[in-house]
Amino acid sequence: MKYSLFQNISIFFSGLIILFIIGPLLSMFIQTGKPEFLETIADEEVINSIWLTLSTAFLTTIIFAVFSIPFAYLMARYNFPFKGVLQGIIDLPVVIPHSAAGIALLGFVSRDSALGKFAGYFGLDFIGSSLGIGIAMAFVSLPFFINAARDGFASVPKRLEQAAYTLGASPLRAFVTISLPLAWRNILSGFIMMFARGMSEFGAVVIVAYNPMITPVLIYEYFGAFGLKYARPVSVIFVSISLLVFILLRSLSKEKAVVRA
Amino acid sequence: MLELKNISKKYKQFSLKGINLKVNKSEYFVLLGNSGSGKSLLLELIAGIIQPKEGEVYLNGKNITNKPIQKRQIGLVFQDFALFPHKTVQENILYSLNNSSIGKILKKTKLIDIATSMNIEHLLNRMPGTLSGGESQRVALARTLVKEPEILLLDEPLSSLDIQLRSGIRSLLKKINKKGQTIIHVTHDYDEAIALGSKVAVIDDGRIIQSGTIQEVFKNPESEFVANFVGVKNFFKSRLYRTKGKTFAKVDRETDIYLLSDKEEGEGYVMIRDEDILIYDKQPESSAMNNFEGIVKEAIPARLGMEISIQTSLLFWVLVTRESYERMKLEQGRKVWISFKASAVRFL
Repeated sequence: MKYSLFQNISIFFSGLIILFIIGPLLSMFIQTGKPEFLETIADEEVINSIWLTLSTAFLTTIIFAVFSIPFAYLMARYNFPFKGVLQGIIDLPVVIPHSAAGIALLGFVSRDSALGKFAGYFGLDFIGSSLGIGIAMAFVSLPFFINAARDGFASVPKRLEQAAYTLGASPLRAFVTISLPLAWRNILSGFIMMFARGMSEFGAVVIVAYNPMITPVLIYEYFGAFGLKYARPVSVIFVSISLLVFILLRSLSKEKAVVRA
Repeated sequence: MLELKNISKKYKQFSLKGINLKVNKSEYFVLLGNSGSGKSLLLELIAGIIQPKEGEVYLNGKNITNKPIQKRQIGLVFQDFALFPHKTVQENILYSLNNSSIGKILKKTKLIDIATSMNIEHLLNRMPGTLSGGESQRVALARTLVKEPEILLLDEPLSSLDIQLRSGIRSLLKKINKKGQTIIHVTHDYDEAIALGSKVAVIDDGRIIQSGTIQEVFKNPESEFVANFVGVKNFFKSRLYRTKGKTFAKVDRETDIYLLSDKEEGEGYVMIRDEDILIYDKQPESSAMNNFEGIVKEAIPARLGMEISIQTSLLFWVLVTRESYERMKLEQGRKVWISFKASAVRFL
């Protein structure tokens, strides 16, 4: 088969782009020596940090997902005044610099703020705690979940819900038995995106909670204090784990293709 | 009994204006109209999916205008069936029963009963995505009928089916109606209206233009729209029967019309288009099997040529050109013969 000039150019460009993504990661893996790698993987600080990052991102994602699902459903199903504005607000965290988001959050949850004082009554502190980390992660990653879930609900034909109503189902039952299962793949994929985005967040987290150190902050810390050589193995480990988790969740969401009406 | 009083509603590009309608128990009521006429909107309004802006809906004398969909006891089969794609056929059928508090054994009995009468017992474990159009329609009917609705609403139930499948679903619908189920059936197809309906309402631009029995509406269209829409003046209630390998439709117990049909013997309607009938001076010698002697009753100018009514044992309408009308001097009282081929006769 003979390719046209345009096809050849397209293939060439595609190769360059892929190389651009793969190249730095690959070189990082290659440049990391085995002894450094083994040493780092045994480092308790690194292991604790990775565990903190994954668990905080996961919990945050679950909690915020549960609260966001009804909102995503409303956005998919109903038209109301200022819906466009609302959608803009949802997308806001994606477009603002994450360090700026961190500054905004810090003022909002600091010990002097109303929310900070309120939390203080219960002995909770956002600053320098995993609670603060979670808040910062959620702030920057929530749009990915809401948008995916909204698309999922929008793809469920309204007819099916109406059919459920005519068959005697309450709106809640119709939601739980029809809309939610049919939007499930999108919801799961939004969950993965939010989780992935949350655990890789640096800018917002570093301002709200430098300590305890999540891995992206730890990598930055190692880089500043000890240089590239020390920061690299941690990066390799974290990237590997991220990829592993990502592939695992992704395959889960693809497991069962639902036959659409 | 369902009664709509003065219903008005505007929804997207559709609207309903001052709709009054009565559907009696066990009736097979057909709402006939072109697409965009508002007929599906009316169905959704009866089901409770949308609320009227004005007017009231009564079911068995009770005002249900503001009653929630779930409590209306009205079943709706959607045009695209709206089967739940992630549930098996059995789960689809049981869905409405799971919304009520009936016992397990009764549920099972109802499932088997309805599956048997819809002839879908073998499909219970299948997913809707694997069903054919006809099978999906049967499942959708079963899912709606299992909750024993007072009224069954059907939105274009045959339109998405192949022609071969239609007759099967038609006889199924007839069977359901014979058991006493009140049905309101929305369609754009007058064949369907004739084949199934006991009553029909013609709807155009959100208004009911004419309603009555099939015969009243099809024989005496009150407006040009209805006439154009139903468009058949030679329309007779008849009984199909076969004798010596030939098929006849007997009209009014005296006139036999010879026709070609593979329909089963029984009651129905014969239709002959007015342009398919020929007029002769004397008894024609042609291959046509249907020849009748009669007298010209009326000659009415039509959009295309002249409409001549000829009184034989039945009253036939014949469309002729102006030239033929003048040449044959088809004035009132003139004796003529009419003739049409068996293949020009349709039995529905």
